[in-house]
Amino acid sequence: MSNLKISQYCHIKDNEAFVNGKLIFEDIKSTNLKAFSKSLYRAIKSSYSKFFKMDDISRLGFLAAELLLKDADLSTVVSDDVSVVLSNSESTLVTDQKHQDTIADYKNFFPSPSIFVYTLPNIMIGEISIRHKLQGENAFFIVENFNAELIANHINNLFLENKSKVFIGGWVNQSRWNYEAFLYLTSDVGLIDHNALEINYLYNNMNEI
Amino acid sequence: MKDIVEKLKVQLIDQLNLEDMEPEDIDPDEPLFGDGLGLDSIDALELIVLLEKEYGIKIQNPKDGQKIFFSLNTMAEFIKENQK
Repeated sequence: MSNLKISQYCHIKDNEAFVNGKLIFEDIKSTNLKAFSKSLYRAIKSSYSKFFKMDDISRLGFLAAELLLKDADLSTVVSDDVSVVLSNSESTLVTDQKHQDTIADYKNFFPSPSIFVYTLPNIMIGEISIRHKLQGENAFFIVENFNAELIANHINNLFLENKSKVFIGGWVNQSRWNYEAFLYLTSDVGLIDHNALEINYLYNNMNEI
Repeated sequence: MKDIVEKLKVQLIDQLNLEDMEPEDIDPDEPLFGDGLGLDSIDALELIVLLEKEYGIKIQNPKDGQKIFFSLNTMAEFIKENQK
């Protein structure tokens, strides 16, 4: 057990974005993640030119981190004291498929470097870390469904081993049919206990807290 | 030559995901890397692929890349000289 507390959390799903249980953005017109992520990026007035170069799932993780850390004060935290532990079920399958499409025909074999570099989910953690200057530990787990216990245990272990003091945990997933990001921020500050029960509650009740 | 430059502007925006830019925003004399458009090393690789895929031109000596990819005008010049 650790004494970590959750201070912020956010959820992006089905063309809606929630921060700490409050709906902060919705866009019923967007028909896919690419369109919705652009719409949300512009709505939150984020300014980061590399955003447009990211693949869809990195954009999703990037935007969730923007929302999560918007009001979080990390200025007093040493950059290598912030770790990121994420998970999903599809890895980068949508981007992998795009890469496959560029190499499927040997007569038209032009693999795109800018697609290929995103064919690992860890790259999303890299994008978030570069943006927020986070230099702690990072891990990305591929599991069938969101597993709060796995994330909580890994973060608690890192904390107990003095690897970091602040953690971003969660789930960022994109399939051909849907997408979802759920991130939370945990440290020694906050009101919600950092354990699987509480994390599952936040994950399953994104707008009812 | 002007036609090549205009075509390259559209291809650059599409291929390099410069989604917040319009063709008229790109000055053909502006450096593509560094202070100009601010392209990165992955973009450089993407430009090499673009030349081969769209224009059938393979850069034989990688050292020439710096000169060829200095600006849109230098790229267009290179395409004009090497396109079969």
